[in-house]
Amino acid sequence: MTAALPLVLTVFVACAVEAIEALTIVLAAGLTRQWRSTFQGMAAALLVLAAVVGVLGPTITLLPLATLRLVVGALLAIFGLQWLRKAILRATGHKALHDEASAYLREVAAAKAAPVSSRGRVSDWYAFTLAFKGVLLEGLEVVFIVITFGDNQRDLGAAVLGAAIAVVVVTVTGIAVRAPLAKVPENAMKFAVGIMLTSFGSFWGAEGAGVRWPGGDAALLVIVPVVAVVALAYVGWLRRYRAPAGLGPPAATPVPESGGVTG
Amino acid sequence: MLRVLKSFGAFWYDFVIGDDWQVAAIVVVALGLTALLAHAAHVSAWWLVPLAAFAALAWSLYRATRRT
Repeated sequence: MTAALPLVLTVFVACAVEAIEALTIVLAAGLTRQWRSTFQGMAAALLVLAAVVGVLGPTITLLPLATLRLVVGALLAIFGLQWLRKAILRATGHKALHDEASAYLREVAAAKAAPVSSRGRVSDWYAFTLAFKGVLLEGLEVVFIVITFGDNQRDLGAAVLGAAIAVVVVTVTGIAVRAPLAKVPENAMKFAVGIMLTSFGSFWGAEGAGVRWPGGDAALLVIVPVVAVVALAYVGWLRRYRAPAGLGPPAATPVPESGGVTG
Repeated sequence: MLRVLKSFGAFWYDFVIGDDWQVAAIVVVALGLTALLAHAAHVSAWWLVPLAAFAALAWSLYRATRRT
């Protein structure tokens, strides 16, 4: 279990971010429209996700490991770099922070404005589609992370465990507070996930391309901190030399509570 | 049907490529070069992908902040 801990933690943080985004959408649909149709939308999305897992899971395990690592490594590295890019731009004020509270308010305003229409057994089509799309899109990212990490490390159980804990923790917290999880340092979490995805992606991708890493799997213990240091250096570079127009000198640049990479 | 296919393609493009396609292109080229060096020249260029990832990120950040 100790050996699987980094995998569980990585999948947990990555999936928690996705679960928070899905929760924001579901709460907006349920609290402002109708819970019944919202739950129907969620259930439909979960059925589609189960079908995707049913098809994708067995297919991906049939691929040769080198090919799988090359393809998945490339996807994870690209995916991770996109996350890192966004997190760095947000941490340095070049991009608006992904604020779950304001995202929630936007969804609520749109939900209140939309007319009520029923289709078949669904009495509120807007609540249904809102919940369906939110859960399906965020859920697909969870599925992608779980399958790729689990299969590459040959420990699907640990990856599923990390994802399940994340979804349960976020859902229970969301039910308890009945509000979007605005206090969660989402940018710091995305920064951390970006580092992990980029590191694992580079490692697996290069290995799939035929490289033998010095030290084997232990190379990851070097790659992860190096990626973190480089990403932090980029944050420093942007704050020091490329501060957004309209802000004062770097020392006076206001950093919102959840905007910094450390939370 | 065409609309469904287009939105499916758009979803995966956004999911994988995201805001900057050049990051994806640099990573793919680096992996291709790594495979070429490993199989054609028997060079284990383990450093190439991480270096390309750092360069891609720096280049993308530079371009993004130049516009702001």
